[in-house]
Amino acid sequence: MMQHKAPQTALRRMVTDLVTTAVIALVIFGVMVGLKTDTIPGGLELTPRWLATIEIVAVVVLGRLMLHLIWWRRKPGVGAGTTWVPARVLRGWAHTLVHLGKLARPALLVFALVMPFLPFTDRYLLDLSILVLTYIMLGWGLNIVVGLAGLLDLGYVAFYAVGAYSYALLAAHFGWSFWLCLPLAGILASFWGIILGFPVLRLRGDYLAIVTLAFGEIIRIVLLNWYWFTGGPDGLSGIPRPDFFGIVGFERGPGGFADTFGLEYSSLHRIIFLYFLILALALLTNFVTMRLRRLPIGRAWEALREDEIACRSLGLNTTTVKLSAFATGAMFAGFAGAFFATRQGFISPESFTFTESALVLAIVVLGGMGSQMGVVIAAVALIGGFEVFREFAQYRMLIFGLAMVLIMIWKPRGLISGREPTIFLGARKSISADLVSQGEGH
Amino acid sequence: MAPFAMNGAKSKMQGGLMEYFVQQLVNGVTLGSIYGLIAIGYTLVYGIVGMINFAHGDIFMVGAFVALIVITALGLTASTGLGLSILALILVLVISMVVASVYGWTVERVAYRPLRGSFRLAPLITAIGMSIVLQNFVQISQGARVKPLQPIISGGHTLMRRVDAQGEFAVQISNMQIFIIVITFSLMVAFTLLIAKTPLGRAQRACEQDTKMAALSGINVDHTISLTFVLGAALAAVAGLMFLLYYGVIDFFIGFVAGVKAFTAAVLGGIGSLPGAMLGGMVIGLIETFWSAYFSIEYKDVAAFAMLALVLIFLPQGLLGKPEVEKV
Repeated sequence: MMQHKAPQTALRRMVTDLVTTAVIALVIFGVMVGLKTDTIPGGLELTPRWLATIEIVAVVVLGRLMLHLIWWRRKPGVGAGTTWVPARVLRGWAHTLVHLGKLARPALLVFALVMPFLPFTDRYLLDLSILVLTYIMLGWGLNIVVGLAGLLDLGYVAFYAVGAYSYALLAAHFGWSFWLCLPLAGILASFWGIILGFPVLRLRGDYLAIVTLAFGEIIRIVLLNWYWFTGGPDGLSGIPRPDFFGIVGFERGPGGFADTFGLEYSSLHRIIFLYFLILALALLTNFVTMRLRRLPIGRAWEALREDEIACRSLGLNTTTVKLSAFATGAMFAGFAGAFFATRQGFISPESFTFTESALVLAIVVLGGMGSQMGVVIAAVALIGGFEVFREFAQYRMLIFGLAMVLIMIWKPRGLISGREPTIFLGARKSISADLVSQGEGH
Repeated sequence: MAPFAMNGAKSKMQGGLMEYFVQQLVNGVTLGSIYGLIAIGYTLVYGIVGMINFAHGDIFMVGAFVALIVITALGLTASTGLGLSILALILVLVISMVVASVYGWTVERVAYRPLRGSFRLAPLITAIGMSIVLQNFVQISQGARVKPLQPIISGGHTLMRRVDAQGEFAVQISNMQIFIIVITFSLMVAFTLLIAKTPLGRAQRACEQDTKMAALSGINVDHTISLTFVLGAALAAVAGLMFLLYYGVIDFFIGFVAGVKAFTAAVLGGIGSLPGAMLGGMVIGLIETFWSAYFSIEYKDVAAFAMLALVLIFLPQGLLGKPEVEKV
């Protein structure tokens, strides 16, 4: 068939392609979906599910047909550029979008500040917001390492775990308060960042990724097996809840938060306090990152991301620069970990698997590396998406993985891929990320 | 065998130090064969495309599942005669290689090819996405529970036997281990010949050296890269069957740890080097087995991962790899 390339009609090509698709889909789904293995006493038995297989194959072929009929029919240049909307309206729309974009940050911030007091806010929404904010904070922390310094870290969750276990253990053994342990958790995590980072930061991008992944797994395995210290798979429970800046606790009755401030007792007070705590921590992360970008060290990070060899020839000590990024990112993960421990009241190695690292990395990359706003959008979309698909709990990781692949193919640079230079001649201009060769410096 | 038997006199552990050691050596080589087969897939892909195919470990897992399903469908059990079951296992091997190849091809086509020429981290992210997809797809379609398989090839041979005051200790090599080692080494030889002698191998080596130049001299680069993924996936499926036969239990998560260890093996051997992948696999298999045997079984993964870090720090080009020249 390959030998004689007679001019095929478009229809014939399409049919051949569809038949190929059907065969491939049949091989892929025929065995895995078509024959289910079930454990029975004394071995396994097979349950055929041919109908489901045929349905899936049909859906795949139909999807391919739709691609043929609609998506690939668009002639190059047509469709993307020309629409029925007049050019003036489009320009005006783009203009409005830019203005809206400028308003978005303060508007979002105000919304985040008043959110807990809005009439529709309930316990569920607050919990969800706390979760989203935790991931935003982790995303911003990882953004320092991945987005600014261009170091791919697949074991970020290890530092999150160090922070969480630091607080849990310090509180359990010494009875220290959350406010004392919070900075300590950050310091310990960044200390681990330096210890782990020191030997591996000489490595090139992909190798660094795998080694950080290995370190993440090592920390998890140690937490799992160091039974007398970390509680092993049972984890640590009874972690103290935070109090109101060391003044009062959130208990019911005299001396509690509600009593002291003359309010009616509500279990929501603690949740609202936790919400503001994580909001403050996240904003702190963002603020520090934004300020650091304007300092020599931040500029060094970004220079390193663009071209490591150039950095070295200009006399930058790349090891120190990388270590500082690693340690700073780890510190924020440590803070977030301490917060996680105090919010949950229970931690176990289950919470610090590779999936968590992948999720945070996905938030950073899908949002657009180096973009603070992108992290927010991606965190809201992904964690919110998880909640929407809660009923299909089984399928949500599958959908998450597919979304990761599809968004990456659609926008390899992430949702917000522009660059905001911190040093400029004349006027500040945003640059498209396509113009910079991110991550080429190894 | 004679010198081993004489050394065995210094007995510290039950059954004698040397016998125990040889037994672990046999087990380690078996495990190393499995890692080596997976490592080849990493090394080939990294050589050509320069990316870590993160989903490769999950292709291995898919291969193991396909093998399990086909074995169940054929109704293979230990009571099947040895000759017949080996024939049937070869059939199982072929089917799971074909299915895994289709998986490997599809993953490349869907997730990696559109991003070729994009920036460096993009394919790594889709690879992680693909890995999540494959794991959860298998979890949903086959269930999250561990799948056991009764031993199919039974029996074995005693290599060494030692009787002393503490009792008897025999060094055993099972027929299964012989099967695994023989198949692995024949495939290795076949594969080395394929890379060294065939036009496909030549195209592959050309692409590895310089993709653009290879394309200019008339090599279909896309085609070659696809075939590389197919070959890697087929070998991963072989490893999947071996894993299934050796351990007797699989679940949807086996690909992750096995994948990281096999990648370690590829790096240890020198990424891009075929014999290096096999050697690295052996070393990792032996380290893991000896660590479990002499130190602690809980920390065997830590040993493998720590090995990875040590190798990358002190020997970044690996045992058989070429040192990389950094160009501006």
